[in-house]
Formats: sequence, C-alpha cells, structure tokens
Amino acid sequence: MSLLGVTDLTLRYGKDIVLSGVSFPALHPGSMVGVLGPNGVGKSTLLRALAGMQSYGGEITLMNEPLSAVSHLRRTGLIGYLPQTPPQGTSLVAYEAVISACRAVRPDLSKRAVEAAAEETFERLGIAPLAFRALSKMSGGQRQMVGLAQILVRKPAVLLLDEPTSALDLRWQLAVFQIIRDTLAEQGGLCLMALHDINLALRHCDSIALLCDGGVLSYGPPKEAMTAENLRRAYRVEGRVETCSNGTPIVITDGVLAGGAGELR
Amino acid sequence: MTQAVENAPAGRPDCPDKPASLAIQYRRFVFWRLFWSFVLLAVLGLTVVVNITTGPAGVPLPDILIGLVRPDALSKATQVILWDVRLPYAAMAVCVGASLGLAGAEMQTVLNNPLASPYTLGVTFAATLGASLAIVFKIEIFGVSENYVVPACAFVTATMATLLIQFLARVFGATVNTVILFGIALVFALDALISLIQFVADSDALQQVVFWTMGSLARATWEKVAIVSAVFALCLPLSIRHMWKMTALRGGEEYAESFGVSVQRLRLMVLLRVSLLAAVATAFTGVIGFIGLVGPHIARLAFGEDHRFYLPGSALAGALILSGASIASKSIVPGILVPDGIVTALVGIPLFLGLLIGQRGRAR
Repeated sequence: MSLLGVTDLTLRYGKDIVLSGVSFPALHPGSMVGVLGPNGVGKSTLLRALAGMQSYGGEITLMNEPLSAVSHLRRTGLIGYLPQTPPQGTSLVAYEAVISACRAVRPDLSKRAVEAAAEETFERLGIAPLAFRALSKMSGGQRQMVGLAQILVRKPAVLLLDEPTSALDLRWQLAVFQIIRDTLAEQGGLCLMALHDINLALRHCDSIALLCDGGVLSYGPPKEAMTAENLRRAYRVEGRVETCSNGTPIVITDGVLAGGAGELR
Repeated sequence: MTQAVENAPAGRPDCPDKPASLAIQYRRFVFWRLFWSFVLLAVLGLTVVVNITTGPAGVPLPDILIGLVRPDALSKATQVILWDVRLPYAAMAVCVGASLGLAGAEMQTVLNNPLASPYTLGVTFAATLGASLAIVFKIEIFGVSENYVVPACAFVTATMATLLIQFLARVFGATVNTVILFGIALVFALDALISLIQFVADSDALQQVVFWTMGSLARATWEKVAIVSAVFALCLPLSIRHMWKMTALRGGEEYAESFGVSVQRLRLMVLLRVSLLAAVATAFTGVIGFIGLVGPHIARLAFGEDHRFYLPGSALAGALILSGASIASKSIVPGILVPDGIVTALVGIPLFLGLLIGQRGRAR
C-alpha cells in the first residue's frame, strides 16, 4: 500500500511559486527518502505541505486518501513533522516536552500509555539522562534530540524530518540515522528528510529527490540521482561521485563552478 | 526549587544500580512541585489572615477570629469593620491578584514573550480610558448604580480594545508579531487619548482620574469580589483545558502545529480570556500593572513551564503578591491607605529582582 503520494504539486511562498509539477513515485512503508537541493529551493516548504501545514496545489495522498480529506486528528496521528530549528530553550524539562507532544491534541490518552511511550523513546534515543533537564540548559544538539523524541513518541507512520541532524556531532548523526532506520523497520513507516549533508543522505537513504529550479531535477536510488552533472546543475559545484569500499556513493567536491557561486535567491 | 529534585538520586532502594523508570522519577519531580504549591497556598492563607487583622481600627486578633465564626459576638462597629471592610478587601486582593497572575501567564505563553502582560495589548490602558471618560464627563448609565459606572465604562472600553485587536489579528493574520504590534500601537493611541481627557478635565476630576490610575483595593465590596471571582472561576477551567496545548507551544509554534495544535485559534481564544480577566480586575481596582508580569516569572522559577503547574502557580503567585502588597499598603504609613498599585511596584520589584539575582547566583 502507498503511504504517501505526491502528484503534480505546486507550492507557493507568499505570491512566489517555489515548486511546481513535483511528483514522486508512490512511497511505500520502509522507504527512506532524502530531499536534497540548494538553499531556498523549497525543501522545507515541501515537507510542511506534506505535513498538511501549508497550502498547495496538485495532489497529496496519505494512505491512498487525499490529504485534504483526512481529518485533522487522524492526520496529526499519522504524520510526524520535525521542524528545522530545535525546540526553543524554555524552563520546560525534556520529559514534559515529550509528554506534552502526545497530549496536546490527545488529552484522552491513558497516562500509562503515554509514560510507556515516553520511556521507550528516551531509551531508544539515548537521552534518558536529559529527561529532567530544562530545555534552556541544553545545547542545540541536545534540544534537537528532544525535538526528535517529541516526534517519535507519537509513533507516526510518516516521518517528515527537516534537517534532523543539523546540530548534531558525527556520532549522533550516525546514531539518529540508525534509530530512524530501526523505527521504520519496526513500525512499517516511511521517512522523508530534508538534508544539506549530501554524503550523509547518499549513505543512508534509499532514494534521493534532488530539487532544483522550482522542480525535481532527479529522483531515484542515490547512485542514479546524484551525478556530477546534477551536482553542477543543482549546486553550481564541480565534483565527482565515487563509490566507497562498502559500495555507497560519496561526493568529492573540487570547487565552485567557474563564474562563482552565483546569487543566493 | 526544582534543582534539588534534578539532583536527587535516581536509584531504586531494592536495586541501587538500576535507575528508576522515568515515570517514577517524574512522580518525585511532580511531588516537589505539588509540595511547593501547597507551601505557596499556605503562605497565601497566612497573608490573608494578616491582611484581615491589619488596619487602623486596631481590632484584636482573638476578636477577629471569634467574629469570623460568630459575627454576632462582636459589636456592630467591629462587625462592619471585619465583614464590610477588611474581608472584602482581603478577598479582592486574592481574586484580583489571581486573575492578573493567570492573565499574565497565558499572555506570556501565547505571545512567546516573557515581557508580555495585560499591559502589552493595551487592555489596562483601555480600562483607564473608560474610567477617565466616566469620571471627567460624569457619565450616567441607565440602570447602573453610581458606584458601578466607572468600572462599567472601564470594562466596556477594555473589551472594545480587545475585540479591536482580535478583529485586526483575524484580518491581518494572528501571528505573534502582528498581535504585539497592534497592541503597542493601541497603547500609544489610548495613552494619547487619556492625556487629552486629563488635559480638558477640571482639577477635581483630574485628581480622581490620577487616583484611579494608581490602583486601589479600597473600593472593594462583596458584590465586586463575587464578580471578579466568578470571572476567574469561569476562566480557570478553560485555561486548564488548554494546558497541554500551551505546554506544547513552549517548544515553539512550529512544533505545536506539527503536534496538531491550531496555534492561531488557540491564541485568539487565550487572548479573549486574558482580556476578560484583566478587564474585569482592572475595572474594579484601577491599574495594578506589576502582578501580570511578575506573578508568572515567580511561578516559572518555582514550577517550570508545565502549564498544569505554571498556570495555577501564576494565579497563586499573583494572589500572594497582591495580598502581601495590600498588607503593606495599610502598614507603611499608619492610618493612611497607600494605593496598592504603588506598593506592588515599590515592594514587589526589589523582591522580584532579588529572586532573579538569587536564581542567577545558583545557576553559576
């Protein structure tokens, strides 16, 4: 069964069209898709639209139903969207932040069920020692892990993660990818994540969606979607795509294309 | 206060090496919050008793305690002092303080701004404008007793200001910045109108307006206490109904939205509630601005920002500050009732700064 479908999607930011004609093949349980592209191309806007938090043209389907027809409560139960920035530093402790994520729209959930889910999530993410520390006393990376816990605790079928490892060190970047992979295997969900670290995406994702110039430049397995030509077109960067000894592709950059990086739009 | 709990050992007595489950640790955490809530409640009760026993008439404490149980045992004059002056005064301090504390806490959460208070959106200024109009132009309202004309006008203008902000926010999008900007613009406009009214007022009216803006509980009656407490009793359950949503909102607007919270709708509902609380409280007492800002800060220091504790904690802290200030207002100059708005600022601000400095010192 297709969990998520995207057909001929058009997204606007204010009056400007950010993306148009975006279509993905049906996304099935277990898929991990990396959404790549230069700054401002619309990665975050795409994830927000898929989460139902942004208006769109075209069609998005969730479990073969149009997203707009899925009730608010069911949609927020099925989709977990992690924003790009970590949760803000407040005097809320991590455990309360995670529990409130469950209870915000489902105060009817049993106390025991929420506590058990929170316990499992803290253990899974390895952040139990942070449970009773205020968010204001945490680093950006620690808060990012708490943000991820807020999403995972609700056990959504579709994970939409916007730069989930941007504030994390190397060890925790790898750990997070492994945790997400394990979660998908256990729960039968899928994950789309916007990333800037191309090599991390090539190593961990099953498919890559490379966005460029208001559309999808390439979509497919990492080796096919990320080529030297696509790297030049999307990022204006000269580079090579090599293969590691373990078989995963890796991008080695040589520099910005002649003529400079261009202008940031 | 929560620091001690954070540092508490997590091991189970029967199995010292294995940490207790997070749920068990959290119950200990909650226990201390409840403990401090009861301490605050007990201190509030104490201030109420002291408030009742304080006053120029010098009624002995045993007489007051007897009079609370058997009013007939007191002389007629003492009965009036106790039941018509001191008790409504003490009760009004608790009700108004709790209303302003709760209003400030909710305002700070939905506007994501620790400096927000009922002042921020101009509610207090609007109430002052209404009161000034009633005093200076000697407004009469058919069917409303003379004693209630000033509060009625203050309430009407405060509600109108609130509805105007809500209308503008709905038309232009109820983002935090939009709401705050409209609020600030309204504050300046109202301030100018108040100044204009004061400019044209005669000296007697001007004196009354100035006294009203200083904020005083001296006009308290049981009827007014009943109205303020009824509004508080109406708003508190609604606040509690939204407590998880507001707790989720503390992580950030986008996070709350991703959990399914309709943030714009929540903000509009909370602002309406806050405005009602602040408008009613201000209408009967005049401007007591400090409580809505500081009550939530004290609650945040004591209880964190889980709104199950933070909201009632802010109401308790607000009630405690105003109750304490009302005792001071009767005691600073014997025989004279210094306006409570002045005392809350003069006594409360050093206390608040002391708390903040103490907290920073502990954090180092």
